[in-house]
Amino acid sequence: MEYLLELDGITKSFPGVKALDGVSLRVRPGTVHSLMGENGAGKSTLMKCLFGINDIDAGTIRLDGREVRFRSPGQALENGVAMVHQELNQVHTRSVMENIWLGRFPKTALGSVDHRAMRRQTQEIFDELELDIDPGAIISTLPISQRQMVEIARAVSYGSRVIVFDEPTSSLTDTEVERLFSIINRLRGEGCGVIYISHKMSEILTISDEVTVMRDGRWVATAPAEELTIDRIIHLMVGREITNVYPPKTNKPGEEILRVEGLSAQHVGLKEATFSARKGEIVGLAGLAGAGRTELLETMFGVATRKSGTITLHGKECRNRTCRAAMRSGFALVTEERRSSGIFGVLDITENTTVSKGRSYLWKGLFLQKGLMRRDTEWAIKALNVRTASQRTRISTLSGGNQQKVIFGRWLLTRPEVLLLDEPTRGIDVGAKYEIYQLIIDLAREGKTVIMASSEMPELLGVCDRIIVMSGGRIAGEVDPASTSQEEIMALAAKYV
Amino acid sequence: MNAIGNFTPLRRAKEAFDRYRGMGRRDRLRWWGDFLLNNALYIILLLLVIYVQYYSAVELNARNTFLSFESIVDILKKSAASLFLALGVGGIIVLTGTDLSAGRLMGLAMLVSASLLQKSDLATKMWPGLDPLPIPVVILLVMAIGGIVGAFNGFCVARFSLHPFIVTLATQLMLYGFILIYMTWGNNGGQPIAGLTESYKNIVKGTVNIGSVAVPYYVFYAIIATVIMWFVWNRTTLGKNMYAVGANPEAANVSGVNVAATIILVFTMAGLLYGFSGFVEAARIGSNNATAGMNAELDAIAACVIGGVSFTGGTGKISGIVTGVILLQIITVALQWLGVSTNLQYIIKGVIILVAVAIDMRKYLVRK
Repeated sequence: MEYLLELDGITKSFPGVKALDGVSLRVRPGTVHSLMGENGAGKSTLMKCLFGINDIDAGTIRLDGREVRFRSPGQALENGVAMVHQELNQVHTRSVMENIWLGRFPKTALGSVDHRAMRRQTQEIFDELELDIDPGAIISTLPISQRQMVEIARAVSYGSRVIVFDEPTSSLTDTEVERLFSIINRLRGEGCGVIYISHKMSEILTISDEVTVMRDGRWVATAPAEELTIDRIIHLMVGREITNVYPPKTNKPGEEILRVEGLSAQHVGLKEATFSARKGEIVGLAGLAGAGRTELLETMFGVATRKSGTITLHGKECRNRTCRAAMRSGFALVTEERRSSGIFGVLDITENTTVSKGRSYLWKGLFLQKGLMRRDTEWAIKALNVRTASQRTRISTLSGGNQQKVIFGRWLLTRPEVLLLDEPTRGIDVGAKYEIYQLIIDLAREGKTVIMASSEMPELLGVCDRIIVMSGGRIAGEVDPASTSQEEIMALAAKYV
Repeated sequence: MNAIGNFTPLRRAKEAFDRYRGMGRRDRLRWWGDFLLNNALYIILLLLVIYVQYYSAVELNARNTFLSFESIVDILKKSAASLFLALGVGGIIVLTGTDLSAGRLMGLAMLVSASLLQKSDLATKMWPGLDPLPIPVVILLVMAIGGIVGAFNGFCVARFSLHPFIVTLATQLMLYGFILIYMTWGNNGGQPIAGLTESYKNIVKGTVNIGSVAVPYYVFYAIIATVIMWFVWNRTTLGKNMYAVGANPEAANVSGVNVAATIILVFTMAGLLYGFSGFVEAARIGSNNATAGMNAELDAIAACVIGGVSFTGGTGKISGIVTGVILLQIITVALQWLGVSTNLQYIIKGVIILVAVAIDMRKYLVRK
């Protein structure tokens, strides 16, 4: 048989949107088939349809030539389809082994859960995959990369013939990625069909045999990996050529206005950070996961409690004990997790845009003046080129890039001098990223100081005037994007690990 | 290999001690502050117990002081009676739910079992023609009533994704209606249901002497129920799935756990316990009227919370529930010893529940 798994003409609608429109995907046994596309292209939805989380409206799924349609994830697992989910779907209050065996606990003769067998079998799986994790540890106490490895081990342990990896490497270190790839290579050798979803192009080209590209819920192309290049994949994903990844840098840093001296946090990992920034300068924060970039920004903005240190803006000390105080002293923070701490999903664009400036819309301190709010929102939509049907649209229906623009608009209305950006382009399409870069550079040109944390090194090199590298909660060094290399940054990032 | 070896609790204690020794002065102060706050409830209780013991021994000059064997057994007896409800509602709290119908459901079970086990020669007997049913039949009947109502609650929660608060608020009201209607049935006309058979009273309140103290049978029933529930929570798939669904229903679903069935089963299990609790309470109280079981769920929920069953879901232990029930009882009895007015007792209990929940939440707060 040529194909292990065949998805044909899969169609799925959610209220108001057609998420999948006649998508097909065929996976041969003993191969790795990558699925690519921008956010919202429908990759995860397609996998959820396969795995029985979502029903499908039309289309067929054939496994080993036999037509199947799983009503629940339990059925999918029983029939040899396993999945590493994009979000870490774990029972954080329970142990590693309970998470691995959830839904299929080993039983004793009496029918009770056999803890000894569970521990032994978990250890066997970990030994086989060369993982050094205590099966009895509570999941929430593990670092995020180990939690992700537990998820991978779990999916592999079902002994399934089809295994879906939905962005498995988002929090893994380089060594763990290598371990994952050797696991995937072993699965390939055993004749499994692996479906691999990732945004990291280099990974895709290393690991895949075939690549399928999706766009806007439709199938675009399927091709052997060796015939593809990064440019070709981007072209297929976006549907047009992207000539420049980064806009030209037109900002000119001026005099020094911000000085951070010996800043340490009380509860989170940030130790003795000292640096300064100039007017109209874009400063990048680089580092590995857990290096303290978010912690630095959050301590500056009063989200995290400060233990010691000073922040001086224009020679005046800012205490920034709370976020409100930080806003008053001229700071703004675009947070890392857009969905949980950025947008108000059920509220409309007007409310999302004007929320940080609430009081200024009060008429005699009593009533909100809708007219003023609409005017400001109109300005934000125009200035930031937000693509939306109207101001009354719920923000959660916009794409990630447009949501991010609304959040930028919210902060620009407060007229900040220092913009703190935490992963400003995370989860945003390639096309929309360019617009965000342009926006950041324009803001710097207008004289705002931008401090931008990012995990994507090319992005920092392409946009920033200066890059501060953090490691283990400290500032490890400073590099000039014009003359540095990714290797130099990585060496600094590993300094205090 | 050193002397401590791999014995985990000792190793952990040693690690904690080494960490403490490595701290500076400021961090040590903070450590003590955290220690005092995290254990505030137990520290307050300890002080209360010491004070009440002193008060009862010296000021009141009582023969049986607060910490005498008789007094302790009395506290345990009262705890045992309220344990069934707490064991039931505890599982629902692990699912991030709550059960406001527990008390009334127990009340209905109380009235049903009392009415079926009245003495044959009683003039005001509710069902005059009916001889007292065999006790096992009554137990099964009231447990079935509890189980069915529990399953109904669970079904509404699971099938219609309703919050348990709303569902059980509704069933609480409906159950009260049923109770009032039931009281008017047969020959009763709304009178309290009393005059229970000797065998019924004996199977619940009959005693075994341990030393010089008579321990009633229902204490042993509570112990058996605790052991069964411990087994269910820790050694069965249902228990493990309950924790999983409480902590992360999505993860449970994608792992092949039948989330709806788990929710319905946990509610049903709780209902069975409420039903049995009703059988015990009716005989304990003796004379049962329409207020039977009123607000009993609140004490049960409070006991769970004090015992560390968190409303954030997915955490909690049977040992915690037992501790919570006993602690709540110690507080009640201690306040009675001190002669604190009932009005004030409510206020103090309320404060204690607030403190307990606040301390509990501290553990889950991600501090920044």
